Amino acid sequence: MPHYTKPAEGSWTQHYPELGTDPVSYDDSISPEFYELEREAIFRRTWLNLGRVEQLPRKGSYFTREMDAAGTSIIVVRGMDDEVRAFHNMCRHRGNKLVWQDYPREETSGVCRQFQCKYHAWRYDLQGQCTFVQQEQEFFDLDKADYSLAAVQCEVWEGWIFVNFDASNTTPLREYLGELAWGLEGYPFDKLTQVHRYRSEIGANWKLFIDAFVEFYHAPILHSGQYQPDEAAKVASYGYEALAYGIDGPHGMVSSWGGIAPPKDPSMVKPMERELRSGLFGPWDHADLGIDELPPSVNPTRHKNWGTDSFVFFPNFMILFWKPNWVLTYHYWPTSYNTHIFEGTAYFVPPKTARERLAQEYAVVSFKEYGLQDANTLEATQSMLESNTPVKTFPLNDQEILLRHLHHTARRYVDEYQKTTLVGA
Amino acid sequence: MATTSVLPSEFADLEPFAGWALQGERARYAKRIESTMDELQAFYDAAFPRTQAALDYLDQFPLDELPEDAKHLLWLYCALITVSFPVEAWRQPRVPDSGASSIDAILEPVI
Repeated sequence: MPHYTKPAEGSWTQHYPELGTDPVSYDDSISPEFYELEREAIFRRTWLNLGRVEQLPRKGSYFTREMDAAGTSIIVVRGMDDEVRAFHNMCRHRGNKLVWQDYPREETSGVCRQFQCKYHAWRYDLQGQCTFVQQEQEFFDLDKADYSLAAVQCEVWEGWIFVNFDASNTTPLREYLGELAWGLEGYPFDKLTQVHRYRSEIGANWKLFIDAFVEFYHAPILHSGQYQPDEAAKVASYGYEALAYGIDGPHGMVSSWGGIAPPKDPSMVKPMERELRSGLFGPWDHADLGIDELPPSVNPTRHKNWGTDSFVFFPNFMILFWKPNWVLTYHYWPTSYNTHIFEGTAYFVPPKTARERLAQEYAVVSFKEYGLQDANTLEATQSMLESNTPVKTFPLNDQEILLRHLHHTARRYVDEYQKTTLVGA
Repeated sequence: MATTSVLPSEFADLEPFAGWALQGERARYAKRIESTMDELQAFYDAAFPRTQAALDYLDQFPLDELPEDAKHLLWLYCALITVSFPVEAWRQPRVPDSGASSIDAILEPVI
């Protein structure tokens, strides 16, 4: 008997019949050819999150991002009119990279009134208009109005900045994000301005690392060392069941119980957790978000044992909501078929005291300790999937539904892209 | 010969471990994995019993107005968090099975 109610079909997976229940192949994660198709079909055609508007605090604040998967570098800037815009980071004169410091491949950020190319001093305002051409009279019928920076579609949802590299895209961001996101609207993200960001180069396909973070079936086993011994045995014997799963188009979510905060029995947790009143799920003393009720997508079953929700916004953006009122985001930026850059960012209400600061530090350091276990496990998975073994398919259980959904979605985008390009040919 | 103390005088007993009062998780983690378990255990054994005293001391000040020596004490306790995982869970400085993996802080609060 399941501890938590499953859909009438008997399982979460069968509730979404397009997913099937057969063992799956990870051929989509070990093939350079498939990755090239994903770059075109997914990373150049969907809305990609780049972080929050607070990263651009003032008029003229900008940052650059190296978008390997989409094959370009971009500038994201807050204009004099407070609009956030994105441009390809290329001077229209000879194609020099427009904004960079010392090392052209490294990202940079700052505040400016205009962009000026290092090469021949062409200048652009914050809306991308070309405003100055060095020795303009030497050119032939050149009209600066024809030489604006190449714009990238850029929209903001609840303070989250997204870009879309498909110039012909007609789906607005909010429509793309769908119902799961609409049910998050009103969450006071703008109050969570205390930020810790971590980055890691991972030797595995980007989807495999998402896989690791959208199932908790592994948690009682892989992370057992983080529990006190009695607790580890109990957790392993229970196994794991989520409170609920949700899927809407390419996006998905899992709602989970947990977060022993504070624990009924203090001996269940590590001594330092007791001293600082914090743990992986965050500070035991909840931050004040200034709202009466969480938006409907957070703890959708309104379960009293709720601890955390993980949302996957396809392709590579996850937002995790934790019961003590903080948020963690994950980004997975592919750099090749079997490598990617992982970024984890924790957002807290700014601490007023050292006690609150240390409780947050404990949560963030716990995330890193768990993440290091996950990261190395995935390199081991990638190497075996790529090896020449006769095993080609793998079973997935009902608690691994979001993995099935992710790989299914990636294949669907690639299939649809291939169909359109064939028709167009 | 006068020596300059890093920590508030109330925590003179932790002065031998003042080298852990490092700004930034990256520096604290680097020191952890360069240390032996004996060194980590010695720091933990000295600092852990003083945690509540340190929290009470630090909470006299608003976080954005911490004196220099109090800032050092805060960082020392941030380091104790980093060190608590090997001492309380892993029994080794590195996360088990983490191999060559690294996860690096690239943005952190100043204090």
